[in-house]
Amino acid sequence: MAQSSRDRDEAHWQATTRLMLTHLGVWVFFGFIIHMFVNYLNKITIPVLNFPLGFYMAAQGSLIIFVVMLFLFAKQQDRIDREFGVAEDD
Amino acid sequence: MATQTSAASSDFIKNLGRMYGTYTGGFIGFIILLAIFEQVGVPNRVLGYLFVGFTILVYAVIGVMTRTAQISEYYVAGRRVPAFYNGMATGADWMSAASFVGMAGTLFLLGYDGLTWVLGWTGGYVLVAILIGPYLRKFGAYTVPDFMSFRFGGNFARGIAVAVLVCCSFTYVTAQVYGTGIIASRFLGMSFEIAVFAGLAGILLCSMLGGMRAVTWTQIAQYIVLIIAYLTPIVILSTKRYGIPIPELTYGTAIAEITAREQQLVATGLATAAALKPHIQPFINYSPLNFFAIMFCMMVGTASLPHILMRYFTTPTVREARQSVAWSLFFIFLLYFSAPAYAAFSKLEVYTNIIGRDLTQVRPWLFQWGELGLIQICGKNAVSVDAIVAACKAIAGHPGVVRLQDFVINTDVIVLSTPEIAGLPYVISGLVAAGGLAAALSTADGLLLAIANALSHDVYYKMLDPSAPTIRRLTVARVLLFFVAVAAAATAATKPGDILAMVGWAFSLAMAGNFPALVMGIWWKRTTAAGAVAGMLAGFGIALFYLVVSRYFPGFGVKYAGMTSLLNPVTGAPLVDIAKAMTAPNAMEAFPTLAHPLANKVGWFNLNNIAAGLLGVPVGFATIIIVSLMGKEPSKEMQAYVDEIRKPRGRTVLEEKT
Repeated sequence: MAQSSRDRDEAHWQATTRLMLTHLGVWVFFGFIIHMFVNYLNKITIPVLNFPLGFYMAAQGSLIIFVVMLFLFAKQQDRIDREFGVAEDD
Repeated sequence: MATQTSAASSDFIKNLGRMYGTYTGGFIGFIILLAIFEQVGVPNRVLGYLFVGFTILVYAVIGVMTRTAQISEYYVAGRRVPAFYNGMATGADWMSAASFVGMAGTLFLLGYDGLTWVLGWTGGYVLVAILIGPYLRKFGAYTVPDFMSFRFGGNFARGIAVAVLVCCSFTYVTAQVYGTGIIASRFLGMSFEIAVFAGLAGILLCSMLGGMRAVTWTQIAQYIVLIIAYLTPIVILSTKRYGIPIPELTYGTAIAEITAREQQLVATGLATAAALKPHIQPFINYSPLNFFAIMFCMMVGTASLPHILMRYFTTPTVREARQSVAWSLFFIFLLYFSAPAYAAFSKLEVYTNIIGRDLTQVRPWLFQWGELGLIQICGKNAVSVDAIVAACKAIAGHPGVVRLQDFVINTDVIVLSTPEIAGLPYVISGLVAAGGLAAALSTADGLLLAIANALSHDVYYKMLDPSAPTIRRLTVARVLLFFVAVAAAATAATKPGDILAMVGWAFSLAMAGNFPALVMGIWWKRTTAAGAVAGMLAGFGIALFYLVVSRYFPGFGVKYAGMTSLLNPVTGAPLVDIAKAMTAPNAMEAFPTLAHPLANKVGWFNLNNIAAGLLGVPVGFATIIIVSLMGKEPSKEMQAYVDEIRKPRGRTVLEEKT
């Protein structure tokens, strides 16, 4: 029993780490990498709204992605916790 | 008795929606009432006082009503704050006078490059959620130094963490008190020094009796005021200009118009190509390295600032701590993604209705700001048409119309003047003032509490007198809060020159001192106490060294530390002639060399000193890893504790007696 619960905890931590690294990757991409190409993106103008795309990503696009990914993260991590039986009681 | 309180408090939580809903409705009703007052001729000065007086009164009433004599209520609001409301409180805690008043102005001046601050001050919440916040909640600390002490072998680590906390929070809180003084003096016509101490009274009323519990419930009230105040003027402006009440969508068109107008200005000789900085062109104010370095430091700094991390100690569960980070960012996002709209609308107004106008035809809204010395035309305060005509006549060959290079605006004016640009009644300006004040007060509350809690809980209770009874602990906490607040106000009243830069420095110092130790303490069980302590000292030390030397002892930096001149981001040329400055008689003069020609202009790798944390973080991580691997692996018990932190289920690791 003790052994299996330790295995389970380890698997839980592995899944948690994987989720963390995924979100960290998205963060690096939308926080930094995409803005390195701002000059190319600015050649594209968003139709109707008239924003240059590079400017838009830094002013709004990346921000929206950060907000959405945090709600998503809360949900995904909770699912992992429940799957491995370490979630808090509701 | 105990059951009675808990029943009453669960009623309290259940009724939150109705309470804050009523409050929001009441606040909107109050705005309408004042608008009616204005129409029947109540003078502006009185309206300003009513606005500010009423909102501060409400915060004070909440502060007094939520007073507490329980330790866990005082330090972590009883860990009962629902995710949604904690998110709102964090939003108010986070958004300071600099965000509310200064951000849009920075974007106005810097264009695209200013967005490094928008990104930097939002993206950090991703790190809070995935790396640190929920784990500290599970740990069950009252303060960040609590965690450092438990995980890293006691009071030495605690002491360093307290030092880092006080260093970064005190400069930050001083800037907030300063901001309170600026807003109150500008709108209420008080003298700056009196306004600072009046603001102080407001801050103390909110936090002194109820600690974290009172600060939480007032910060929510303050968030509601500040977000209504920030969004109202631009929503109206956007509706007037483009017929759509969503400024975040319509300012794209304003940007396209600005770009067209910029080319026109150069073509007609109203702006020299050198003076004009195109709004959407990147990397003309910051080099790409500094743009990304500042962003990185603000993000990582967010995840290291104790007054933000401690907000996530107040949620009922780890699950809610995570949701709460998401809500926090959502509420912060509402303001930050609107700030560029302020900048764009103001710039369009300036470029079309001021630049290129005949001197006698400029719009009169700017004269009020000229009188305060915040707008200058042709080098003189723009107080009236006659004054600017006279000032420009003095310049040889002046064409009689305002040129771009003639016009200088203080960045604070952008948000504060938008109601007038849009031709809105004074009541909206009063609303903006109340919003700015709410932003400054709420941040100051959070910071003061972080400092006072570290001193009372960590230094007094944990290090000096572990057997102190509850009553004495709370008394000490309140007395310390009072003295820290007075010290901050006294510092702010002297108007220190570096005050705004210091906010940026706070982020770099916090990240260099805290981030590697927090992350490694949770994510790497092998981290030893010696490793973490060495890492904190090394990271914090190098960031502090870089800041202090490049700012205050640049001559020393050049001579002994191999620093070179920073480079102009467009031309790549050095900002200053080092050889010449070093032969000047004051080259090696020590502190305070505020006027030193090299101050803030030297460094390593062309790195701006606001981003000093970029040096501290890798050094901190490397030191932790190397020193940890050299020592013995942490005890089995400690590793088991780390395992406990990683699992949401179960009791908190640290159980405080209450």
